[in-house]
Amino acid sequence: MKMTLNVNGKPVAITADDPLMPLLYALRDDLGLHGPRFGCGLGQCGACTVLVDGKAMRSCVMPVATIGGKKIVTLEGLGGPGQLHPLQRAFIDEQAVQCGYCINGMIMQAAALLQTNKKPTEQDIKAALAENLCRCGTHLRIVRAIKRASDAAA
Amino acid sequence: MTTHVSEGPVSAARRDFLKTGGALVVTFSLGAGTAGTAGAAGQAAPAKTVALDQVDGFLAIDARGHVTVYSGKVDLGTGVQTAMAQIAAEELSVPMNRVTIIQGDTLLTPDQGVTFGSLSIQNGGMQIRQAAATARQALLAEGAAKLGVDKDAVGAKDGVVAPKAGGKGVDYAALIGGKDFRLAVDPKAALKDPKDYTIVGKPVARIDIPDKVTGHFTYMHDFKRKGMLHARVIRPKAMKSTLQSWNDFACRKMPGYVGVVKKGNFLAVLGRSEWAAIAASRTIETTWSDWAGLPDQAQLWEYVRNTKVNKDEDLQKVGDVAEALKTPNAKIVTASYNFAIHTHGSIGPSCAVAEFQDGELTCWSASQQTHLLRKQIATMLSIKPDKVRCIYVEGAGCYGRNGHEDAAADAALIASETSLPVRVQWMRQDEHGWDPKGPPTLLDYRAALDDKGNVLGWQGEVFIPDRPKDIAVTLLPAELAGLPHEEAHPGNIHQSLAIPYTFPNIRAVAHWLAETPFRPSWIRTPGRMQNTFGNESFIDEVAVAAGVDPLEFRLKNLKDPRGAELLQALAELANWKPQTSRPTPAGDVARGRGLAFVKYELVRTYVGAVADVEVNLKTGKVTVTKFHVAHDCGQIINPDGLRNQIEGNVVQTVSRTLIEELTFDRSRVTSVDWASYPILKFPDVPDVAIRLIDRPTEKPWGAGEPTAAIVPAAIANAIYNATGARLRSVPFTPAKVQAALKST
Repeated sequence: MKMTLNVNGKPVAITADDPLMPLLYALRDDLGLHGPRFGCGLGQCGACTVLVDGKAMRSCVMPVATIGGKKIVTLEGLGGPGQLHPLQRAFIDEQAVQCGYCINGMIMQAAALLQTNKKPTEQDIKAALAENLCRCGTHLRIVRAIKRASDAAA
Repeated sequence: MTTHVSEGPVSAARRDFLKTGGALVVTFSLGAGTAGTAGAAGQAAPAKTVALDQVDGFLAIDARGHVTVYSGKVDLGTGVQTAMAQIAAEELSVPMNRVTIIQGDTLLTPDQGVTFGSLSIQNGGMQIRQAAATARQALLAEGAAKLGVDKDAVGAKDGVVAPKAGGKGVDYAALIGGKDFRLAVDPKAALKDPKDYTIVGKPVARIDIPDKVTGHFTYMHDFKRKGMLHARVIRPKAMKSTLQSWNDFACRKMPGYVGVVKKGNFLAVLGRSEWAAIAASRTIETTWSDWAGLPDQAQLWEYVRNTKVNKDEDLQKVGDVAEALKTPNAKIVTASYNFAIHTHGSIGPSCAVAEFQDGELTCWSASQQTHLLRKQIATMLSIKPDKVRCIYVEGAGCYGRNGHEDAAADAALIASETSLPVRVQWMRQDEHGWDPKGPPTLLDYRAALDDKGNVLGWQGEVFIPDRPKDIAVTLLPAELAGLPHEEAHPGNIHQSLAIPYTFPNIRAVAHWLAETPFRPSWIRTPGRMQNTFGNESFIDEVAVAAGVDPLEFRLKNLKDPRGAELLQALAELANWKPQTSRPTPAGDVARGRGLAFVKYELVRTYVGAVADVEVNLKTGKVTVTKFHVAHDCGQIINPDGLRNQIEGNVVQTVSRTLIEELTFDRSRVTSVDWASYPILKFPDVPDVAIRLIDRPTEKPWGAGEPTAAIVPAAIANAIYNATGARLRSVPFTPAKVQAALKST
């Protein structure tokens, strides 16, 4: 099955044999976008998070056939090495990474938060990221990074 | 990825440089450049030495003056790569951006041992430092000879050897560029004076973070080979089930399905795409025998206590404890503690790629132990270790020996059976269900006190699974396929049962058990966490029995000035007030604080912590609000990297202490996802305040584990301080807290 997705502002053509294949596999394996990551395949950890029409969604449980023309933004779409998104900049400034496997989800979830709450408190940030898991224990730095990004945007 | 591109052949001119006229003759000969090799399996490449006693084992400087460091220790997400680069850059006097690290490639890097035990900097980093110091001395000598001045008259800065008095210098590229040092590591080569450090001791930003926050980092999970197939392993119904039959008829109609690999109880499906493999794994039909050989989880501690003891081993023996415990009129304090089975819980499930060509296997893996993995895979496949190359590619944090090596062996087995490049990634239920586990640990204590609060005798006993001679965790596919494999080794989990306190009679003993329910492994702070939970909880109980403040009690019994200094720093950081009585709870919430301390394995890092907790007296829920940590690991390489590790140790161990517990029925693990094995979430993460004690002129010790050791006892002691209830069983679930509150 051939379909066109709107990813990071561009239409991209993919072929999916199985309409139930989650979006994550199309992004990672067909489009080579490695920002979103497989963590659980159950929507429990957040490592696969992307923005779908501006909302943070778990791409590991979204069948690719249900995406249609929705606008997908991945970590790569937020910014790159030459043009960092304020959140990416803040994560570097705060050194808010250990293994970094969860960090895609943290940044994408935070990007969605900052769209609706430009000046979140520490509690707001913790509540918004409550379903994003980090095993290394980088939480405190992640919260500081998101705070820093929101302060910088003020 | 960690493949390395060859710099190409360099003239093989052999030159000897002799600094004549002095007592010291520094010699190095510049041979053909062999530092590089292409990453492809089976491709002929000049042999680079991986000898631990050769400078070329660890270092190469290319024609641009760029330094490549070959590290057998790998970055598991802890920032070690950056620290290694700092150490090498500092000792060689080159800027950080001129250093590249190649990690854990059995063809290219020396075998510096498994990346575990908080030994990367302490051992691995110091080997690299000494190699770099040797290289520096050689470069100074060679530079001085070229400049026609005395070696003492030159210095090195930014990769240039120049007269100290000023004037034109000569850069490393001109001195060595692209050629081998051919120089033995000199264990006595002069090290740079720490007062001259400009890179070590500084909070240098981590090398890997920019790529990790932009999606440009190549994790193991992102690594691909041309023509690579994808595989998923079909796990047995019960832990020791036998595969009776399988039927992939329905799979054959699915696009992208390739077939199965079956060997004994090992069964894997292959697909041309990842999703094809996953879909097939959910479609294939299998029948397995029943098996129900696991103990009843509700009776786990009785099971451990009743397990046959293979042998007892005294880990510490001072005086005669048996006699001391019989002292007339002595106050006897006893307690038993237990610590649940934990899973590593990597956020990214284990993943590996392998290919097999012309009798040689190449395996890309996030293994913490590529050199050991090579031997284990060779054993499994009955081929020689030199026919196996394992290459490290960073994965999700593993916190010990998780499933990475098993996934690597899955891929190796499938590749060897099919001769096709294959990628195996575990699913979430594989990672939670089948990674090896931290074994259940039971601890018994007994102490005798005189009427003045002096400890007359202290006895600690731990019940832990026995270990074979060689350290390695059995490869799961070897076990399933009935192929040769090592016996399971749980890691050095007896460590840190010995105590730093100077009581007149002490005995710490390990009861090595004949069996344990799950394939045992090391998980961050293995054994040291469980044993320190016992030690530092029990000393709190003994201090209470003696009627002495727990800080004062520790200081009184610690004849170790560095340890005492640490505890004083902690007291200041946490604003510790003597605990002579417990605070009265206001309403439903009781607040308290507890202290714990460890001198890691009694030979290295000192760390102490004060935990502030809130206990909901109605629900039994414990919230850790803040951790105060004082930390002395000697010379600090990167203070921000160190803080990151300490914070991570605290948060991860608060999770393990309050929440985590493997669940199982008689056949299998039942906690196979994040709903059934939850971990700490953002709203429950404590604040962490840290005081680092830096000792630039001392040896650097490890920091990846020690802080974790003291977290459970600090929390238990804080709960006692808040409520009078002793939590002696990790995790401190609300149900256990409520039960403990009832019994106070």
